[in-house]
Amino acid sequence: MDTSANTSKITCTVNGKAETLKAHPLERLLDVLREQLHLTGTKEGCGEGECGACSVVLNGEIVNSCLVPVAQAAGATIKTIEGVASGDQLHRVQQSFLEFGGAQCGICTPGMVLAAVDLLERNPNPSETEIRTGLAGNLCRCTGYMKIFESVVQACKSE
Amino acid sequence: MRANVPAYQLISPSSLGEALQVLSDEPGVWKPFAGGTDLMVLLEAGKLAHKQYLNIWNLDELRGIEVTDSHVILGALTTYTQVQANPVLQAEFPMLCQAASETGGLAIQNRGTVGGNITNASPAADSPPALLAYDAELELVSSADARWIPYHGFHTGYKQMLLRPEELLARVRLPRSTVPLHQHYRKVGTRKAQAISKICFAGTASMNNSTIDDVRIVFGSVAPVPRRCVKTEASLRGRTIDAGTIEVAKRSLANEIVPIDDVRSTRDYRVRVSLNLLVDFLSRISPHT
Amino acid sequence: MSCSFPALKCWAILSRPLRGLNKNAKTFAPSVAPFGPLGCNVISSMSGKINEHVVGKSAPRKEGRRKVTGAALYIDDLTFPEMLHGVTVRSSIARGLIKNIAFAGDIPWAEITVVTAKDIPGENHVALIINDQPYLADGVTNHPEEAIILLAHADKYLLEEARRNVRIDYDESPALFTLEDSVNKKEIIWGEDNVFKSFLVEKGNVDDVWESADLVVDGEYHTGAQEQLYIENNGVIAIANPAEGVTVWGSMQCPYYVHKALVKLFALPEDKIRVIQTETGGGFGGKEEYPSMIAGHAALLAWKTGKPVKIIYDRAEDMVATTKRHPSRTRHRTAVTKDGKLTAMEIDFVIDGGAYCTLSPVVLSRGTIHAAGPYSCPNVRIRSSAVATNTPPHGAFRGFGAPQSIFALERHLDKVAHAIGLEPDEFRRRNFVTEGQTTATSQVIREKVEMGQLLDRALKLSDYHAKREKFAGENPTSRIKKGIGFASFMHGAGFTGSGEVYLQSVVGAEATADGRVKILSASTEIGQGTNTIFSQIAADALGVDADLIDVAQPDTSSVPNSGPTVASRTCMIVGKLVESAVLGLKQTLIGSGLLQEGYDQKEFQNACRHYVAQFGALKTFSKYQPPPNVNWDDEKYQGDAYGTYAWAVYVAEVSVDLLTYEAHVQDFVALQEVGRVINPVLAAGQIEGGVGQAIGFTLFENVVWDKGRMINNQMTNYIIPTAADIPPIRVFFEENPYAYGPSGAKGIGELPMDGAAPAILSAIENATGVRFNHVPLMPEAMMKELV
Repeated sequence: MDTSANTSKITCTVNGKAETLKAHPLERLLDVLREQLHLTGTKEGCGEGECGACSVVLNGEIVNSCLVPVAQAAGATIKTIEGVASGDQLHRVQQSFLEFGGAQCGICTPGMVLAAVDLLERNPNPSETEIRTGLAGNLCRCTGYMKIFESVVQACKSE
Repeated sequence: MRANVPAYQLISPSSLGEALQVLSDEPGVWKPFAGGTDLMVLLEAGKLAHKQYLNIWNLDELRGIEVTDSHVILGALTTYTQVQANPVLQAEFPMLCQAASETGGLAIQNRGTVGGNITNASPAADSPPALLAYDAELELVSSADARWIPYHGFHTGYKQMLLRPEELLARVRLPRSTVPLHQHYRKVGTRKAQAISKICFAGTASMNNSTIDDVRIVFGSVAPVPRRCVKTEASLRGRTIDAGTIEVAKRSLANEIVPIDDVRSTRDYRVRVSLNLLVDFLSRISPHT
Repeated sequence: MSCSFPALKCWAILSRPLRGLNKNAKTFAPSVAPFGPLGCNVISSMSGKINEHVVGKSAPRKEGRRKVTGAALYIDDLTFPEMLHGVTVRSSIARGLIKNIAFAGDIPWAEITVVTAKDIPGENHVALIINDQPYLADGVTNHPEEAIILLAHADKYLLEEARRNVRIDYDESPALFTLEDSVNKKEIIWGEDNVFKSFLVEKGNVDDVWESADLVVDGEYHTGAQEQLYIENNGVIAIANPAEGVTVWGSMQCPYYVHKALVKLFALPEDKIRVIQTETGGGFGGKEEYPSMIAGHAALLAWKTGKPVKIIYDRAEDMVATTKRHPSRTRHRTAVTKDGKLTAMEIDFVIDGGAYCTLSPVVLSRGTIHAAGPYSCPNVRIRSSAVATNTPPHGAFRGFGAPQSIFALERHLDKVAHAIGLEPDEFRRRNFVTEGQTTATSQVIREKVEMGQLLDRALKLSDYHAKREKFAGENPTSRIKKGIGFASFMHGAGFTGSGEVYLQSVVGAEATADGRVKILSASTEIGQGTNTIFSQIAADALGVDADLIDVAQPDTSSVPNSGPTVASRTCMIVGKLVESAVLGLKQTLIGSGLLQEGYDQKEFQNACRHYVAQFGALKTFSKYQPPPNVNWDDEKYQGDAYGTYAWAVYVAEVSVDLLTYEAHVQDFVALQEVGRVINPVLAAGQIEGGVGQAIGFTLFENVVWDKGRMINNQMTNYIIPTAADIPPIRVFFEENPYAYGPSGAKGIGELPMDGAAPAILSAIENATGVRFNHVPLMPEAMMKELV
């Protein structure tokens, strides 16, 4: 049992790459991703698990990384926004956001894209209600959500 | 992030046995830390008073949903997502599934746990009213002992509960109903999704023709604890639903709940809407409507 | 600011009307898919060979790719070597003397840099209008959460511990927390009478009308504070030292506002201050003036430590300490004939400015001018004032006074209509202003305005009459009451009156050695699409692809001052200057003989390369010139308040559940005439986003105050709509090109904030029969009137 009060070593896989993180066990996964791995695509919007700007996929499930103590990421497989595209090839959700105006200021976009990707992986043809529910944990202040819904709908069609 | 994180400790036992040993060696020193969806919010606000935590997230002994002929037994670490995915819970305990679906958004549901929701002991929690209406029982374990107690009465006051410092909540047991059961759950929040409840209602009733055979009336966010309204239940048990019954039940309810004004809502609103929810429930279970 | 660029030519290009305009209003389909070209209007008066026009197309967002991949860098994504963190220690009382500051606890204080008012090299005020707001409270505090001292250290956790351990003793004074108490002068807390600014607008003489009027109707209306809630909190990084000066990077709307403020704070010459806007995650006005404060704080810490300092607010601090929409109280007295013609309007409009003046005079101005709306009335008196309270100063938020006064007006006109027995739409029809008539400021409307037709179309699109009838039939036997209501309004784009002349905005365009065109302006991309529409406008004017255009990062050391990114001016005013500036490039190239009319893109690029190789840099500048015949009297507050207005009718359908007293918007139609749509997806995005915020303003967003402090300063308890809460928002545009906007465009950024609140409350009245007069309208308040 690891009883060290300060730094722990935590190994996990991030965007397909094995990583060893050194952090206090209660540091937020959000901060460790941003500061140690320099994956700054994941954002802090609220620090309370309300806005979803910090969303990452942890062991196949979407979570708010501002609420995950890094100790609980031990052995986990994590995907951040940086892991969504395949090299230069954008994911169809990202392409759709570009074409249909899903991003305005862009700060909610990483979390929103991940939530949409996660939704479509679980439910390839969601209804309007399912889209609204699937994205309800990601707040956007710029778009009024309309073009985000449109982007998701179009992304479904493009497969 | 307002907390001085290095001042905190989070230790990670590798088994339930080890965790319980720590708790009994130093009772009151270590508190359990599950999915973090409540504790991390407090930490970030600089309001997490306790400093030493026991990471129980990896204890698989606290996971799993077991179905027997008489009960459904959930591990304390069952997440809201896992609740919703279980077909028996969907079929027989839909209020719990509904509560789970209305707790935060998907990202919260993937990490928040039933056990955490119970032991965080907030009167505004979404699952407890459903659990109380289902006559849930809790298994509390320590390195010396394991005991089952009714969930009803577990919360003794605001943020206080019958959990000893050396104990962990291990499992939650729901008796499967042997009779047809009316069930209705309604959370009234500040918006349609991701909201803390202003009022939360869970009700069950079994009818004998037009008479109420048995009933559970439970409210959240209207008292220091999730409140099972036993007096209101007593006023309904054995009765038919008519104008007189409804009036008596309303009066009883108005006395059993003690809502307050707070940053989300007002006492008056909570009283009125609670009464409306009661009347609505009674009209739903009444064979005449 | 001085023109310190090695420019070859400085152009002052007159804004001139476009030739070949289609003067008829054109309408087009709802925004559910990207649009193709809008038809065959010839837009650019000086194009050579006509390439496929990009104005009117939904060109993809210029910086979109980095936004969808997480590569966009916002201020908190940046780290500098040896960077320290900074935090702000704030007042815990509303008003009083600061007696003592002690540094307690088991904290290594010697390691921590402390900055107080005494450390300020220049003047301790945030330069804006009246310079009354200090950067750091010095001996006296006037609102909760006022900044008192600053701390810096490399360890952000230690800093939090340190912040908690600063003990401040105060001598409290009586404070004011409400607009009413301030107006009633329960205490004098600012100046001689608590009044930051007041206006009087008069037309005709209302006093002559009351006696003989067929009917006089009074009403009072209230709006609450609203938090902008950009998802990216305020943040800056500063480097500052006496040798090199001050450089600040940060999330902001107006780099030159910050520049002006830092010049005064540090008493440094203008060229020693440099402000750079980083990718900004939303502003909505909340980053119009506030960044000057946080930038100054970071710079002061950087100045004292000699190291880069980053200050990033967390959500709780951002909500509790920064600006919000001004709360308002409006009183109306209206005289009408029994035929429903307005004969007199007397309006008393008051806004709560918080503890310091900041932008309140300008918010008041806009609210005042919009207070009587798009209606023709021969006698008008508008008295308005902005008053002080001991709360954090209120500031800019999309709409900037107009949502407040328009809410009151539209609610009131529904009441007037009802009083004379007219349907709300019929009453409006009888009073809409048309071309040739005058507004409340006696501005003659010189464009074709057909509000009656706009109203007809909006009501048709929303099935208004049929639904009203249907709901009237269904409601009596349903617990869920349904209703539909509308609001009709206008919004002036650009700075009021002489404001644009005062700003003297300048935009530059540079042809680069690799044959590209760079736009130099201080107008920031904050999500609304600045980069994209500037590219489209430039591309169209030059007859090249939008891909050839780059928009320079707003950096005061390399872009001219095109004015602030506010007031719905970026497309209409600054976009026009972009057009002029690039046309200047083209004229220079043609004039030099390197390019012939009718060129193609390759020829254009080659000409740029050759010019730069031969002569050095090619930069042109364009400076704002007002359109002719715009006359504004600042003393009397009369005349042409705005160059043009966008006109709109919004319709909301609601349901009200009598079990929980919750109102939900089920459907929303937003129809507006906007001159010209430069980019349909972006334009619709602006309307949808604005309506979303306005729905929040109406039904969800309630700032809970306790002795001047916002106590629900968390996203858990300050509620904005989620994806589950927002209705379908159906957006429709009409186009009546504005002669002085780029390709005919008017400004639209703030327009959508004005109409939703009154439309929704009108719908709720239709659903329940109850007339509510305040927003936010929460179920708790609705419950009191609904039995």
